[in-house]
Amino acid sequence: MSILVLGLGNILLSDEGVGVRAVEAFQARWTVPDGVDVVDGGTCGMDMLDIIASHDTMIVVDAVKTGAPVGTVVKITGPDVPVFFRGRLSPHQLGLSDLLATLTLTGEAPGYVSVIGCVPASMETSLEMTPGIAARIPAMVDLLVEELRSLGVTVEPKAP
Amino acid sequence: MVQRIVVDPITRIEGHLRVDCDVDGGKVTKAWASGQMWRGIELILQGKDPRDAWVFAQRICGVCTTVHAITSVRAVENALKMEVPLNAQYIRNIIQGAHAVHDHIVHFYHLSAIDFVDIVSALKADPVATSKLAQSLSDWKMNSVGDFVTAQKKLGAFVNSGQLGIFGSGYWGHPAMKLPPEVNLLAATHYLQAIEFQRRMNKVVAILGSKTPHIQNMAVGGVANPINFDSQSTLTLEKLHYIKQLIDEVGEFVQQVYIPDVCAIGAFYADWTQIGRGVVNYLACPDMPVDTKGEKLSLPGGFIKGADLVGGFNPIKTFNDAYFEKGVKESVKHSWYQGGKGALHPYDGETIPQYTDWSDDGKYSWIKSPTFYDNRAQVGPLANVLCMFAAGHEPTVRWTTAALNTIAMHLKTPVGPDILHSTIGRHAARAVRAAVLHEEVGKQWTLLMENLGKGDFATYNKPVFPKGEIRGFGFHEAPRGILSHWVVIENGKIKNYQAVVPTTWNAGPRDEGEQMSAYESALLDTPVADPEKPLEVIRTVHSFDPCLACAVHLTDTESRSSYQVKVV
Repeated sequence: MSILVLGLGNILLSDEGVGVRAVEAFQARWTVPDGVDVVDGGTCGMDMLDIIASHDTMIVVDAVKTGAPVGTVVKITGPDVPVFFRGRLSPHQLGLSDLLATLTLTGEAPGYVSVIGCVPASMETSLEMTPGIAARIPAMVDLLVEELRSLGVTVEPKAP
Repeated sequence: MVQRIVVDPITRIEGHLRVDCDVDGGKVTKAWASGQMWRGIELILQGKDPRDAWVFAQRICGVCTTVHAITSVRAVENALKMEVPLNAQYIRNIIQGAHAVHDHIVHFYHLSAIDFVDIVSALKADPVATSKLAQSLSDWKMNSVGDFVTAQKKLGAFVNSGQLGIFGSGYWGHPAMKLPPEVNLLAATHYLQAIEFQRRMNKVVAILGSKTPHIQNMAVGGVANPINFDSQSTLTLEKLHYIKQLIDEVGEFVQQVYIPDVCAIGAFYADWTQIGRGVVNYLACPDMPVDTKGEKLSLPGGFIKGADLVGGFNPIKTFNDAYFEKGVKESVKHSWYQGGKGALHPYDGETIPQYTDWSDDGKYSWIKSPTFYDNRAQVGPLANVLCMFAAGHEPTVRWTTAALNTIAMHLKTPVGPDILHSTIGRHAARAVRAAVLHEEVGKQWTLLMENLGKGDFATYNKPVFPKGEIRGFGFHEAPRGILSHWVVIENGKIKNYQAVVPTTWNAGPRDEGEQMSAYESALLDTPVADPEKPLEVIRTVHSFDPCLACAVHLTDTESRSSYQVKVV
């Protein structure tokens, strides 16, 4: 089984980059065995197709808009993961849901997809996250570790 | 009665591009284009090391990562007046060309084709007739009856399972959809094949750039690719030959599928060669440097005034060309910034927000309005192709002529370059550019191999920053048109940084002299059959391939469409 852990988001836009930051925090403290790839996918354009298609399980770590209060950390699975082409004026509005829709058409979508997300407070132009959201990163990392273990992956803390 | 149509991607939290049209008597009578967010990326770069600027710049957007990286290092190199090793130029050229070909294929099949192609109608097509039609258009190896049967089954399975909803934005059955079922099936099948082929160009970028989506190999002064034919961890002969194979496979797709499809669809929508003309001053920069100083460029560029490809063309010749550097100004008269100083040069540009509400005759956009010697200009593949055509660039003349001849054959009447000043023309020019760039990437690959054969393995010159202030600009003919970065450096730190992105040229509001931008003027007189479903407006906007440098891509489980149409 091959597993992709994909951090998404734009680190120039404050909390929008929380997924990338959470994956960085995960990599700093945990090791994963071969067969698990941890990737900083940035803002996830069509160039992510190959990477996603070459794995059969994917855990996305991203900022999410679910209607829940700011700072809420969630895990989304199954039919709640959005899979469709959005109406759009620009290819820059292309996102995870479009890529999953494309791979569904080509028959290459990962068999299992989950999203570990956090509802952002600010998407202003800044390299810094807001303190409230930065403080949620450990919870996202814990959820990611738990998710990997539930998939049978041996996740080990790095030696200090 | 005048109706106002507002197309606004409101569900992305920050907003994006908004287009307003007044429609009267079934036609657009007035139009406004507006950027709905302010990014101020330059503020992040102030005080940073100029050698790191590209790392941040490539995060500006999710599609053009490599484009901003390359332009950023060019701007800093220009400020330092430094030379770049030949291998580095060739490697950058291959990366940028491969990225652009990938990008154009994705734009046409993934974003624009469903403006013209009706997926539901494709299910009614006869695969045998489709195959016969396809084989009359091209020698493509995947045009057999079996290919179309398979694709139709795949699409049918989606529609019958209720999954058509994944094409959330399609206007199925709209009165402006005109293709026969067989042409719809042809295009839909090639859409599925395009998904596969565009990925190969992306592999080229990933191999040379060491990583995707954010390349790791760029550096002020060159590239960070060590080349050693004996070490697997570097760029080896094996990898270089694999790259060439990928490039050639995609080239076949461009020549035998993309161009024939655009010509055929364009001929069915021949009325769209008379719609969407817009601003016919064109600006494009030369690119693909083949020397160390950026004085010799393989692809020409320049400025065309008033659609005059002969008397109206002025070339831009080098990376240091003062004709370009001095010609650019930006107006904020109709943008949400403090103004009053007239249009300013990017080195002196000010970005002080002053938000008012939307005002038709006042301020209505976060985008500034650039001009070239006080002229509005259209940028993008059409501008690029017309400038290269005007400069007599042989591959461009050859591919443009071939495409026009194919369209003429379908229409059974001669057509000239004049039909290119249109919505369909922008699609045709993008396909021509993909073919030209594919050849150019092959040429750059050969140059790289020949240079390595001479024993030159250099890829990097170390930059040295002087005390005091220096300034420079870098440009790049990106997939959506001319991109320029402008940098002021003081004592080795960035003092000011401005990125003038292609969509700024095309989608800005009215300027200091009330001249409309390319989007705004292209929308005038566009027919609109149903104001609730302004497919025709979307077609013209899409033909420009909009790109606002501002990627917000959070996972949204709440809303299923990112643009909303309002009729007020």
